[in-house]
Amino acid sequence: MTTTLLYDGTFEGLLTAVFEVYEHKLGYVKLAKADKHTKAMFEQVINVITDEVRATRVLKGLKLKLSPMGVQRLYAAHLAEMDGEENILLGYIRYAFDAGQNIEEDYGNKFVMRVSEMVRMVRREKHRMEAFVRFQKLKDETFYATVEPDFNVLPLLIRHFKSRYADQRWIIYDMKRLYGVYYDLHDTQYITLDFATSNKPSEVMAAFCEEEVIYQHLWKSYFHSVNITSRKNTKLHVRHVPKRYWKHLTEKI
Amino acid sequence: MNVDRITEKLNILADAAKYDVSCASSGSKRKNENKGLGNASNGICHSYTEDGRCVSLLKILLTNHCIFDCAYCVSRKSNDIKRAAFTVQEVVDLTINFYRRNYIEGLFLSSGIFKDADYTMERLVRIAKKLRTEHNFNGYIHLKSIPGASDELMNEAGLYADRLSVNLEMPTEAGLKLLAPDKNQADMIKPMGYLKNAIIQHTEEKKLFKKAPIFAPAGQSTQVIIGATPENDSQVLQSANYFYKNFNLKRVYYSGYVPVLADKRLPALNTSVPMVRENRLYQADWLMRFYGFHVNEIVNTQQPHLDLDIDPKLGWAIRNMQTFPIDVNKADLQMILRVPGIGLLSAQKIVSARIFGKLNWDQLKKMGVSINRAKYFITCKSNEFERRDLTGNNIKQFILAASQSKYLKNAQTQLSLF
Ligand code: SF4
Repeated sequence: MTTTLLYDGTFEGLLTAVFEVYEHKLGYVKLAKADKHTKAMFEQVINVITDEVRATRVLKGLKLKLSPMGVQRLYAAHLAEMDGEENILLGYIRYAFDAGQNIEEDYGNKFVMRVSEMVRMVRREKHRMEAFVRFQKLKDETFYATVEPDFNVLPLLIRHFKSRYADQRWIIYDMKRLYGVYYDLHDTQYITLDFATSNKPSEVMAAFCEEEVIYQHLWKSYFHSVNITSRKNTKLHVRHVPKRYWKHLTEKI
Repeated sequence: MNVDRITEKLNILADAAKYDVSCASSGSKRKNENKGLGNASNGICHSYTEDGRCVSLLKILLTNHCIFDCAYCVSRKSNDIKRAAFTVQEVVDLTINFYRRNYIEGLFLSSGIFKDADYTMERLVRIAKKLRTEHNFNGYIHLKSIPGASDELMNEAGLYADRLSVNLEMPTEAGLKLLAPDKNQADMIKPMGYLKNAIIQHTEEKKLFKKAPIFAPAGQSTQVIIGATPENDSQVLQSANYFYKNFNLKRVYYSGYVPVLADKRLPALNTSVPMVRENRLYQADWLMRFYGFHVNEIVNTQQPHLDLDIDPKLGWAIRNMQTFPIDVNKADLQMILRVPGIGLLSAQKIVSARIFGKLNWDQLKKMGVSINRAKYFITCKSNEFERRDLTGNNIKQFILAASQSKYLKNAQTQLSLF
């Protein structure tokens, strides 16, 4: 009989669930997020309470079975927050624990293959954000950007932006998940902003520094000048810059 | 700042620079030092033009004034157009402000020749120097060297820039003579030779002394214009191969000629840009650099032109049917790489995964193999495989029929490979 494990959607929660599986020697299990689950009749349900000690133990065990890269990839796949995909992660982890050898490259296995696809999707979104973030300079010299990534990739962006823009304060704000990252010239921290919930352009405009409008204008002119009309290829253009990203791109507004 | 004037200059000088197709910003490992601004490591395309090309760098000319009269170039002396010139400070400000907003990876600076080669080159170098030393800028800088510039200036350029390029412009010397009478190939080859040696020397020094300065860490590249002169693909690729081998070039860019000027030496103004041919040349270039193909396997005296209908890898495969089919569960990586429909990544996946067990069609498909093309050339763990004794030509027809729209109508400029 299948047991359903309800967890809180965090990575630690997922690892705690793995602990339960081995602790209670569960065979057929299904993992679901507690807030998204409606219990069916006769369904056997266990509520997983996220436990740092247990999660750490599982992580330790995983590190013996996977390379450091492999563990990172698992975390990246988790960040995708794709519905129903936690079962793939669970399947992957169980396969990793039960196999006698490192299974990271066993692409013939469906869990390994699917995790590699998920990682590819998250990575692509991360790269897109590294490309498509458009900072606007505010009066207090902070550079501010809003994004709406398909997946929750903000945590994966910090390293890149911190090492690149080491000498300017910046905020990258996820308008979908309503939180952001703030860099204060030394460290980064997660923040939530009040005014961002309304995000009327007019309100934000008031906070811009004067030269901001000029550079946005120059960037747009540049973007138009580099186009070669006789080579126009709209299909290719939209494939590279899907329309859902346009509203945050200075050159496309 | 006079916004209108700057905007006008930017429009003129970006427009004049756009025919240089290279916009790559990868291959450098410059780090952010002392909490400065930027780094050059990953090569990000921050946007794409409406023709689908990557926008990664602020690509401009310092000036479009020029004392030369190259037939294929909009900036040539005899062309009646608006001229403009940036000051050193203007280029620096634009670069820094675009960079801080995450619009670009850095600067690609080139120029028409005013006064003489050194006079022009000196200004380009001064901009790079200012960015590095006064603004602690660690983003990407690509400088185009002016043919005939002195070794001293080339040396200084290498200390500040990530990449340097000298454009060959025409695939052969005869082509150059015809269209760019003021230029000669020796003037272009000399700085290339200098750079090659300087790069080798600095890399050696760097191995010995950690503190030794880095010199053009992203190497040198060049561009050839195709379709303006009658060279065939074999001549183009043989020449590219020669420069890859003898000057350690990182990249050769092929730029389909965009007819901008009426001149009896050039294709007529209504000629369309040879975009499919350009794409095939890039594919052939990749085969030489990453897939272990020798240039003569792709083009030779019997095959002076690339087939425009199919990619050069498929072209090679159907000319060499005796090599196939191969068993993907046994063949070595070099051979798997030669199968149409299998790219670099899937080839590596196959080789890693088959250790765990033999692979079937389904698994190959999941690894990104394009089965529609590969199925004529491979066998795997399955009883189903192509049993008919097909000729290369049959296969070409089948594949073309199955992929009409994709391979013929939507010819792309930015690489879509195999
Ligand atoms: S030297 Fe350069 S800018 Fe001048 S005409 Fe020739 S290609 Fe154009």
